Amino acid sequence: MKTDIVLAGVGGQGILTIATILGAAALKENLYLKQAEVHGMSQRGGDVQSNLRISSSPIHSDLIPQGGADLIVSLEPMEALRYLPFLSSEGWIVTNTEPFVNIDNYPEMTAVETELARQPRVVAFNMDEKAKSVATVRSSNLVLLGAASPFIDIDTARIEEAIKGVFGAKGEKIVEQNIAAFRAGREAALSTIHK
Amino acid sequence: MGDEALALGAINAGLSGAYAYPGTPSTEILEYVQKNPVARERKIHSHWSSNEKTAVEEALGMSYCGLRAITSMKHVGVNVAADPFVNSAMTGANGGLLVIAADDPSMHSSQNEQDSRFYADFAMMPCLEPSNQQEAYDMARYGFELSERNGIPVMVRLTTRLSHSRSVVETDDEPMAQNKLHYPENPRQWVLMPAISKIRNRQLIKDFDAFVKESEESPFNRYEEGHDHHLGIIASGIAYNYLMECFGGNCPFPVVKVSQYPLPEKYMRRVYDSCDALLILEEGQPFIEKSLRGLASEGKKIYGKLTGQVVRDGELSPDSVAETVRKVAPGVKELIHREVPGASEIVVSRPPALCPGCGHRDVYGALNDALKEFESPKVFGDIGCYTLGFLKPFNAIDSCVDMGASITMAKGAADAGQFPAVSIIGDSTFTHSGMTGLLDAINENSNMVVIISDNLTTGMTGGQDSQGTGKLEDICRGLGADPAHVRTIDSLPRLHEEMKQLFLEEIRYEGLSVIISRRECIQTARRHAVKK
Ligand SMILES: Cc1ncc(C[n+]2csc(CCOP(=O)(O)OP(=O)(O)O)c2C)c(N)n1
Repeated sequence: MKTDIVLAGVGGQGILTIATILGAAALKENLYLKQAEVHGMSQRGGDVQSNLRISSSPIHSDLIPQGGADLIVSLEPMEALRYLPFLSSEGWIVTNTEPFVNIDNYPEMTAVETELARQPRVVAFNMDEKAKSVATVRSSNLVLLGAASPFIDIDTARIEEAIKGVFGAKGEKIVEQNIAAFRAGREAALSTIHK
Repeated sequence: MGDEALALGAINAGLSGAYAYPGTPSTEILEYVQKNPVARERKIHSHWSSNEKTAVEEALGMSYCGLRAITSMKHVGVNVAADPFVNSAMTGANGGLLVIAADDPSMHSSQNEQDSRFYADFAMMPCLEPSNQQEAYDMARYGFELSERNGIPVMVRLTTRLSHSRSVVETDDEPMAQNKLHYPENPRQWVLMPAISKIRNRQLIKDFDAFVKESEESPFNRYEEGHDHHLGIIASGIAYNYLMECFGGNCPFPVVKVSQYPLPEKYMRRVYDSCDALLILEEGQPFIEKSLRGLASEGKKIYGKLTGQVVRDGELSPDSVAETVRKVAPGVKELIHREVPGASEIVVSRPPALCPGCGHRDVYGALNDALKEFESPKVFGDIGCYTLGFLKPFNAIDSCVDMGASITMAKGAADAGQFPAVSIIGDSTFTHSGMTGLLDAINENSNMVVIISDNLTTGMTGGQDSQGTGKLEDICRGLGADPAHVRTIDSLPRLHEEMKQLFLEEIRYEGLSVIISRRECIQTARRHAVKK
């Protein structure tokens, strides 16, 4: 198997947690893994991005070539669009639709929606709301992970194990909330794909 | 992460001390040592140093005593440490000594794209450049041995992508024993007086041949045969991975993978002699390319950054490498081709900004208001989160050059007759390189105001301990600043008017003043709150 994922969002939103969880799950499955992330200046409310590559054979580059990503997974709709040139011809976009507006020139929301709708393979819904309905807003990144999971060839049980591993230290309740968010995201995505 | 792999490799190879000043993308090296259980149990030194120069000297002192040490910094940190760095090639090393320089091509978080390999070259020091995380791990031990075997410090050059990219690394089961304290065989060599230096310099020039030999026998350099000799490729560090990526591992051309310098001459010869032309792929500046230009007297083509086939600035990527190969070897069929979708036109950039609730905001708010009363104020900025005060909505600073330059440039401007001359500097930057400049200004009672915006941490790099915390007033007074003009205030929105008045008062005072405006960084404050 090979899954190349561009993870996107705004500094502080929690995309690196998604990478950590998937990384841990991939490791358990004895898969090869590379994950490049951006630190430093850009974390102060700027756009952030991580390249996560998981494969059953050795991986050369830490960066995903353009036109090579199987998935763009984003916590923010405009950020999802930023990485379009990386998407492969069969690739999917999985994104939160709740905008994070911290700049004056953020495009009209309708323009963002139209642009997303124009893409052939998209799963997009308001993940903040979904997270609120099953846990708290802070779990929206886990909703996103859940929504991306049908496109990643790793057993869901493995991913849930990894979620437990990552949040274990924070107590039972946090683990449960995050698992609930993950499952809700997965379900929502599955129902859109099968429509 | 590449940073962490290298740190773990060093710990497992018997490290005794890690010395560093934070700087992206090198920060995680010392942070890893600080939290590693073996390092804690062994009490491996991992306290932050005041700056890169003190860090390199401290590590050199440990090496003098026979123990293994690492010192890590970002590329511009090597400038600060250049004096001890270059001279440490003259003293040589006793215990294994690795000087780790993390370069930042593309300037994700830096002022420039300087390439640290040039430093290693002119200091005549070996240099290692891992191409993946496993090599970063393995090179720590190898580097210590190389250093001890040849009695020379070794540079390890990382670049952002490797520093901050994670992968699985196979590690040793047991950490090696640490060295015992023992002194250099030739203690005279550590006293760099001209008479001794002359002898040592000749020795170093001789030793350089041995370093070349080491490179030729290094497990990290190799020649990979290819069936198409129209082109030979030299790929260093992480550029090698991009090359392999765009051929899916099946490059038809011979490839020399370079991860240890000085350049392995025998491979260079072989690829040059057996191929019609050469392509050089290297992350950073054209170091290898410049070194090889001498060979080109025989007239074969060398393609690279200088000749325009490889992008000259910014990082390499699998895409830019593929484009280069397409240019120099048109029609090569092994190259993987992908359709690339167009970019979205509605996407706008999202620059970083000061956090809501950050005290630097209040300082700039009050300072801007105070300066409205003057015709031509100049504010000399420095490096840290507060550099973001240059951007909207504050547009508050006129310069940002190198750490500490705010104070000394303000002094030079004051000397030139500029009024008001204001310097704004962070607490960590102040103890890094601001103190000596302040002494200059104090000694001449220069007519300027130094604002130390103290957030009790090294914020920009993620909140490392700052060496002056709790001591700033004492430091300024101790340097001789007039206590009546060393003022302190809290950087809070409700004190806006008081801050503004304080700034005005001290600007109008004819002479040197220091204003310390203080408020804990909102990020570290949050972390502390969670801990409690
Ligand atoms: C010579 C050098 N070393 C390190 C850095 C990396 N660096 C940039 S800003 C900064 C920290 C500044 O901390 P401080 O002055 O306290 O300001 P803050 O970011 O907390 O506002 C560091 C370490 C650099 N740019 N140059």
